[in-house]
Amino acid sequence: MRLRNRSAYAFLAPYFLVFATFWIWPIINSFLISFQNTRVNPWVFSASINWGRLFGDPAFYNALENTLIILVIQVPVMISLATVMAVLLNSPLLRARSLFRFAFFAPVVVGEVAYAAVFRLMFNVDFGIINKLLGGVGIAPVSWFSEAHAAMLLIIIAVTWRWAGYNAIIILSGLQSIPEDVYEAATLDRVSRIKQFFHITLPLLKPIILFCVVLSVIGTMQLFTEPFLITNRGGPGGGTETLGLLLYRQGFQSLNFGYASAIAYTMAALAVAISLLNLWVGREPK
Amino acid sequence: MKSKSKSNLMRSVALHALLTPLAIIWLFPLWMMFIFSTMPDYGIFSPDIIMTPSTSFLDNVRNLQADTNFFGAMTISIVVAVIYTFLSVLLTSMAGWALARYRFLGQSVVIGIILGTITLPYSVVVIPQFIMVARNFHLANTWTALIVPPLFNSLGVLFMRQAFSMMPGELFDAARVEGVKEWQIFLRIALPLARPTMAALAIILFLASWNNYLWPLLVNSRPGMMTAPVALGTLIGLTKVSWGGIMAGAVMLTAPILIVFVLLQRHFIAGIAAGAIK
Repeated sequence: MRLRNRSAYAFLAPYFLVFATFWIWPIINSFLISFQNTRVNPWVFSASINWGRLFGDPAFYNALENTLIILVIQVPVMISLATVMAVLLNSPLLRARSLFRFAFFAPVVVGEVAYAAVFRLMFNVDFGIINKLLGGVGIAPVSWFSEAHAAMLLIIIAVTWRWAGYNAIIILSGLQSIPEDVYEAATLDRVSRIKQFFHITLPLLKPIILFCVVLSVIGTMQLFTEPFLITNRGGPGGGTETLGLLLYRQGFQSLNFGYASAIAYTMAALAVAISLLNLWVGREPK
Repeated sequence: MKSKSKSNLMRSVALHALLTPLAIIWLFPLWMMFIFSTMPDYGIFSPDIIMTPSTSFLDNVRNLQADTNFFGAMTISIVVAVIYTFLSVLLTSMAGWALARYRFLGQSVVIGIILGTITLPYSVVVIPQFIMVARNFHLANTWTALIVPPLFNSLGVLFMRQAFSMMPGELFDAARVEGVKEWQIFLRIALPLARPTMAALAIILFLASWNNYLWPLLVNSRPGMMTAPVALGTLIGLTKVSWGGIMAGAVMLTAPILIVFVLLQRHFIAGIAAGAIK
């Protein structure tokens, strides 16, 4: 058995080396760096320079507010939509199933840069197809990039398009594990389809929907590429600046690694806190 | 019985009436990506509504190549994704094998660390990773910087551990009795049996590498060492740039993956359903 022990370490070692170097150590190091003054060379320890600044920084509060607004609107809308997609795709009455699956799942494989570029063109104020179509039904052109609320809406639409299908795949796999006879019994008892959805499907799906919510909260908390590329570096004037973008600016443009690390840890703490809150709200009643 | 089939018909009509518009909306951006890539810039920025393909795709590709060396960047992206996928599947399979089929000191600690940190946001590690790779190791603008740090991804470990632990142990014990070496048991018996799981994992990892944006943007920003998404991203927001070219690039990034997606949909969905992207 001791010999086998050695084999186990040999199999594990190459991966664990990478994992320790590029994941575990950075997690610890990030925390340490957040207590360093990184604007002097060499860095010096300073317990409050970054954390003290963070809680008085209007740019941080702006990014926090934008991130939370996007999160609070986008995640519930997307998860509801994904649930509807999954339930409808699971219907035995559906024809051309593979075509519908393709329509909803295809965005999952589209890269962030490619879709950001398309959304910029589609929502172009003067020549974009969206404003032309809105004009067709009598709606005045929307200033998607120069009006902060519209820009936030654009980000929410884009992220929802990109990720709804991803969540629908997960929810659909959950639906397919619900045994058919549950519904047969309910149908025999003349329970309507709508009631079946709310009283059978949703409760059984709750754990998997919560899993999707947690994943989405973590993802949206870090939102970076969409405000970076679609609304042009968080424009208009910081109107779509997110925590992810602020982290990028502080870390990789101002090269203030200490402050950026404090922002990163705040994002992580918020993601963990919101996830735990979700799990607590969704816990099984005892 | 007749009324039941009638209500089924009604329900079927309602179902399709609901899903069809939603599907059209969802396909619309992809369709527009394709249309834009075939249009000259004056067509993209014209007051008319154009929703059918035009004939300027090759001109757009030429314009894109003039704006940035896109084919060079595509080559880098392909090489990086292939090597990354191979290495990551290999490393995580080995680790998954160790965790699934051996008992050793520290085993539960390793599993605990992986499970306990897997949902931490990537943002937490990106700064120290950058400092380490670019400043301490001086690896900015290298292949190593693109390929090695993302290998930390631990989803493959859980994926492969699951696959290996479901295999019957007698199989491996019988080989041990015959005197087959441990690494041969892994390579010759275990890996071939885990092929479907490895396929799903490889697809997901390839996709993640192909679409990766933030990390390559940070470490490989020098022209000539950029990946395709980074090269395309530098054009977005420039004032004098061919938007038809950008769209042609977007199509070249997306179309191959979409084709693979259609062919291997089952593996994609298996991988995603196991929570393997992000």
